[in-house]
Amino acid sequence: MHEYSLVRAMADQVEHHARTHNAASVRRVAVRIGALSGVEPELFATAFTLCQEGVLAEAELEIRRSEAVWACPKCSAAIPAGAVLRCPGCQVPARLVTGDEIVLEQIEMEVAEVEREVPDV
Amino acid sequence: MCETCGCGDPNKVSVEVHDRILSVNDRAAAHNREHFVEVGVFAVNLMGSPGAGKTAVLEATARSLAGRSRLGAIAGDLETERDADRLRAAGVPAAAITTGSACHLDAEMVHKALHGFPWRDLDYLVVENVGNLVCPAIYDLGQAVNVVALSVTEGEDKPLKYPVMFRKADLVLLTKVDLLPHLDFRVEAVLDALGRVMPRPEVLRVSARSGEGIPGWVAWLEGRRAAQAKAVPAQVHPHRHHRHP
Repeated sequence: MHEYSLVRAMADQVEHHARTHNAASVRRVAVRIGALSGVEPELFATAFTLCQEGVLAEAELEIRRSEAVWACPKCSAAIPAGAVLRCPGCQVPARLVTGDEIVLEQIEMEVAEVEREVPDV
Repeated sequence: MCETCGCGDPNKVSVEVHDRILSVNDRAAAHNREHFVEVGVFAVNLMGSPGAGKTAVLEATARSLAGRSRLGAIAGDLETERDADRLRAAGVPAAAITTGSACHLDAEMVHKALHGFPWRDLDYLVVENVGNLVCPAIYDLGQAVNVVALSVTEGEDKPLKYPVMFRKADLVLLTKVDLLPHLDFRVEAVLDALGRVMPRPEVLRVSARSGEGIPGWVAWLEGRRAAQAKAVPAQVHPHRHHRHP
């Protein structure tokens, strides 16, 4: 189960952002997981519960899923799921538009003191 | 102030980050890749199910390359060094990575295995990944190409069941083809399935036992290695932050 090592890596990233913002705790973490990423969202969520300590102890995990979307890189025609991954018109290999994401997208934190307009790090 | 949900909570801060969760591995992989390209070693990440014939293909590859090119391997396994032992017996310098319970190799494990291994003397370095059609697919190791071994005893629908692994493959080696006369396996069915998960399906049929297809596979490797060598001047960004023995 590689989901555990992914959650570990994500927890390190979240902790880094929490420190940067001087946050006392993290309320919510949003990740995007694509259908072709090789990550099982349920296993990711289970692994997350095992990593909930420190600033992440009370955090809620939101998993945003994205479907596998293939298209022709030349004419942009969509290649339906399950079809041969080649544009029937242009005869070129299809390109994956979305579906392989394993991305930490958003973190909601509780800060000790009022902080305004925090720049992205 | 929280503007996400409109609650206006002054102590709540929401940040958009968009960090790739594998970024640490990706950096380690890029580091490995720079070393390989700089030194002129062609690195292959060889993946496939347990028993797909990865080690047997490497043994046959070593026989075919003997006297022409230098092949070395890093073999990953949960327990034991059996694969590495087999490769050494076949004259292939081999290092073992025993992962314990980890189901895949990552770029850092490969990097550590390079220390103390004479990889700079090689023309080809094959990383024989842990036998598994799922987890190894998501970890970049710094390889030039991903090769997936799929044996004819595994069933024609494997590519459709494990699309992530096959999407990442530059080449699929259909192994144990000497067994085809004894099986109901339809090669056309697996080729069709691969076309639905790989945008650029490339398949070679091989048998480590009979030697069938091995020259074609070796020619494929040589062609790709030549292409890497040609591309080097534009790609290399020399860096000298540490030396490998």
